[in-house]
Amino acid sequence: MTTPAPSAAARTIVVVGHGMVGQRFLEALAEKGVTDRARVVVLGEEPRPAYDRVHLTSYFTGTTPDELSMVEDGFIEKYGIELHLGDPARSVDRAARTVTARSGRVFAYDVLVLATGSYPFVPPVPGRDLAGCFVYRTIEDLLAIEEYATTAATGAVVGGGLLGLEAAGALQGLGLATHIVEFAPRLMPAQVDAGGGAALLRTIENMGLSVHTGVGTQEITGERAVDGMLLSDGSRLQTDLVVFSAGVRPRDQLARDCGLAVGERGGIVVDEHCRTCDPAVYAIGECALACDGKVYGLVAPGYEMAVAVADALASGDGRPEKSFTGADMSTKLKLLGVDVASFGDAHGAAEGSLDVVYTDARSGIYKKLVVSPDGTLLGGVLVGDAEMYGTLRPLTGHVPPIPAEQLVLPAGLGAPVALGPEALPDEAVICSCHNVTKGAITPLGSLPEVKKCTRAGTGCGSCLKTIEKLLPKTGDGGLCDCFAHTRQELYEIALALRLRSYQQLLDEHGRPAARGGDGCEICKPAVASILASLGGGHILDGEQAALQDTNDHFLANIQRNGSYSIVPRIPGGEITPDKLIVIGEVARDHGLYTKITGGQRIDLFGARVDQLPVIWARLVAAGFESGHAYGKSLRTVKSCVGQTWCRYGVQDSVRMAIDLELRYRGLRSPHKLKAAVSGCARECAEAQSKDFGVIATANGWNLYVGGNGGATPRHADLLAQDLTDDELVRLIDRFLMFYIRTADRLERTSVWLERIEGGLQHVKDVVVDDSLGICAELEALMAGHVSAYRDEWAETVEDPERLARFVSFVNAPGTPDPTVRFVPERGQIKPELPVLALEVAAR
Amino acid sequence: MNDDKTNGSIRLRLDDGWFEVCERARLVPGRGVAALLPDGRQAAVFTDRTGRAYAIDNRDPFTGAYVMSRGLLGSAHGRAFVASPLLKQRFDLETGECLDDEEVSVQAYLTDHSK
Ligand code: SRM
Ligand SMILES: Cc1cc2nc3c(=O)[nH]c(=O)nc-3n(C[C@H](O)[C@H](O)[C@H](O)COP(=O)(O)OP(=O)(O)OC[C@H]3O[C@@H](n4cnc5c(N)ncnc54)[C@H](O)[C@@H]3O)c2cc1C
Ligand code: SF4
Ligand code: FES
Repeated sequence: MTTPAPSAAARTIVVVGHGMVGQRFLEALAEKGVTDRARVVVLGEEPRPAYDRVHLTSYFTGTTPDELSMVEDGFIEKYGIELHLGDPARSVDRAARTVTARSGRVFAYDVLVLATGSYPFVPPVPGRDLAGCFVYRTIEDLLAIEEYATTAATGAVVGGGLLGLEAAGALQGLGLATHIVEFAPRLMPAQVDAGGGAALLRTIENMGLSVHTGVGTQEITGERAVDGMLLSDGSRLQTDLVVFSAGVRPRDQLARDCGLAVGERGGIVVDEHCRTCDPAVYAIGECALACDGKVYGLVAPGYEMAVAVADALASGDGRPEKSFTGADMSTKLKLLGVDVASFGDAHGAAEGSLDVVYTDARSGIYKKLVVSPDGTLLGGVLVGDAEMYGTLRPLTGHVPPIPAEQLVLPAGLGAPVALGPEALPDEAVICSCHNVTKGAITPLGSLPEVKKCTRAGTGCGSCLKTIEKLLPKTGDGGLCDCFAHTRQELYEIALALRLRSYQQLLDEHGRPAARGGDGCEICKPAVASILASLGGGHILDGEQAALQDTNDHFLANIQRNGSYSIVPRIPGGEITPDKLIVIGEVARDHGLYTKITGGQRIDLFGARVDQLPVIWARLVAAGFESGHAYGKSLRTVKSCVGQTWCRYGVQDSVRMAIDLELRYRGLRSPHKLKAAVSGCARECAEAQSKDFGVIATANGWNLYVGGNGGATPRHADLLAQDLTDDELVRLIDRFLMFYIRTADRLERTSVWLERIEGGLQHVKDVVVDDSLGICAELEALMAGHVSAYRDEWAETVEDPERLARFVSFVNAPGTPDPTVRFVPERGQIKPELPVLALEVAAR
Repeated sequence: MNDDKTNGSIRLRLDDGWFEVCERARLVPGRGVAALLPDGRQAAVFTDRTGRAYAIDNRDPFTGAYVMSRGLLGSAHGRAFVASPLLKQRFDLETGECLDDEEVSVQAYLTDHSK
């Protein structure tokens, strides 16, 4: 063909079909400015503008047709688009370059874009036209089903694929007893294999749907309206309503009639630029047969085609950079409360591919990963537990950092809680609240920037840890915008130069732009912690007061309504009845909420700032000390009851726990420190989940380090065995001081141990064998801490100057903050939550 | 800077004139205090290391709690900010704008240091 390709000079673009892809095409034209230069005419068959067909079913759960609309208010007018709804194109005259609509109107075009989508395939069975037979494609279809269902009790869906299951879920939601009839031997035959189908079947049947697989539909019976179906196995199914969902076919009739090439099984043949055999005519979306020989029944590939064509029309020569050569067919079922996902080469079609399968028939879980002989992930099927879909789909085509056998295991059975974010490809979605990919995050420099530019991390916040791991450490490894040094370097500077002032550190060692300034919320507490662990005196004195996070500043933990909690130290979890009574009396007299913590002590909640001193005065008088629940410092040394009482115990674990807790109390560190001592190998104190854990043996103590509970649990590593009391304490002294010296800000020992070069072996070399010759110094630093320790609260309640800051209002010291309020719950108090969202009304 | 004119106290500009909060000596540079205003509202008042005073609404718009005065003060590009003690969003102390979410801001008060 010699006709020149139409280009930006095109005067009139006619679009046939205003569905999802047609609308995306219009948006792309507008984005690229084509609407300024060309006349754009759209013919739509449906009575309403384009809407979100993918979420069609949400109409049954309350989404209105208007809410489903995909056309922003004013869009059509703003770009001068001529939209004719309810007037489908009837014929195309390619020689004259005109389109004739059903109304008889004729539109001349320079470029014609066909976006006619598909139609639902209805098998040619007798009775298919009876009243009560429906398809499932448009809002009008759903309105009709909804109305008819009010007079029906039973419904049947012909077809057990993705859409059929969605429709069946909808019928069930309308209150009908629902059947699914599927010709293939299993449900969702296109996506899942036999194993997955079996798991899926169990789950769907458990939901109360009746599934008939391996049978065809022979006839729909009834006089004028449906009353039942005859199936190919001779059985009869009574039903009042039938929905056909037996697949879709491209709407290519218009193209056929005007002589455009179509595929053997339908679909308008296009090249990689979505051009038909006539260069003036394009086809996009579900009606097109792409150059890879596929008709895509999903919306995302259609969008790609739309953008590619808009691109072609915007570029001067009609030759776009973008092309459409194929797309991912990954799918996830979004309804019915069943987790089903398939991605990549789900059926293991590639030569030599291997399946890794995990099944749990009882809970209806089936997971299969397809890998190539070299370990590359090719695809997979997940039924019943599609948790890993978000991680696995983007990994397709890569060798996962963890063996496939482990990837299919459910969490808790040795499965990794999560793959490291470094392992993910750029298209992996990191923030699911705002659908932000890794590729959108990594070019950015800081968390505030990420939040501002992508909104990632501003929803539920669960992605923040991952985001931080993806960000450069302020570009150059520096602590923050104020310091180019790491925490470790700052520690060394402060130690070597005997610097004990934050301002001096900032003005002499900060980034040039930060010198003379006020620092920031990141480096202030970090430096405060360094200065404190180097023996800085009371943390509320002098300059240090300004550095502490609010918790340290008030020696208590802030709560969501601005009140504070109080955690007295209960070393080793051992407490006398008298002291228990004091806690009870204090809590009762001040109306505090009390709770036993996970750390073997008692937390008192709901104190106002101005109540902290009186409460603590009573606690101090009764012999209590600060529990440092607010500090990045030692929390608790948990104990088990041990040899004294327990028939298995081999050492006095309670005494050791108390000794250790008293030795390290108040020690400021990069992050909090937790410890435990168990009296025998049964490990009732869970020592191996602590930063340092001690387990009694017949010969002494075993020391474990680097354990962690919480969100990323880690079992502690054995550092040394069969230690005497003295050896144990000396080793812990060294270990802790080495950690404090070399860890990053907010880095628990578990993370530090994994990160530090040489890992456990290096730490062993340094603290057990003194390979760096620093052990004497480490021990001296710890001795300094132990002898300088004073209880922060005892010192505070005796000092009027320090007490002066514990007021709600600087200008009304006696007035309690009226916004801190409580309501009763289960015989105690709870915060009355502050009212949000009244901002506007208040103004 | 006109510290001399303030007789050692910090004042805020309210609709009907200047309101005296407290002696400047009550503030630790880099930290804040809460002040109760005549109409029952609360202001968070800060001084930076040069002694300059700032004041913004004490209510944290992200949580609804009256806690802004307990946040840490910092500076970036020569402008002072406070980080909320609860969820750590930062607010410019002169304008009240949230640096981590353009759509959010709190009221900022003029102090007699910020003229
Ligand atoms: C009170 C308590 C829950 C309870 O009701 O039992 C608790 C409460 C808080 N935990 Fe916890 N954690 C408590 C035991 C735990 C445990 C279990 C344990 O220690 O045996 C863990 C998991 C074990 C671990 O840490 O290895 C735990 C893992 C965390 C974490 C995550 C730490 C991690 O590295 O994964 C945080 C967040 C943080 O520290 O950054 C956290 C932070 C907090 C904070 C401080 C949040 C905050 O900043 O406001 C909570 C404030 C308490 C308060 O206001 O008094 N809490 N927290 C427990 C206090 C124990 C104690 O007596 O000191
Ligand atoms: C219930 C349901 C759930 C789905 N779920 C998913 C999902 O989870 N994920 C996914 O990717 N896809 C899903 N799909 C498929 C998705 O909706 C389609 O891929 C997408 O709508 C294709 O867009 P399109 O513009 O090509 O076709 P359509 O959206 O069908 O638009 C074509 C439009 O052209 C009109 N038209 C046809 N002929 C003419 C003519 N001659 N003149 C004028 N107008 C004409 C039609 O009436 C229609 O309005 C789902 C579909 C349905 C029905
Ligand atoms: S860890 Fe051993 S000694 Fe301690 S309580 Fe358990 S069984 Fe008894
Ligand atoms: S996943 Fe990012 S904020 Fe929820």
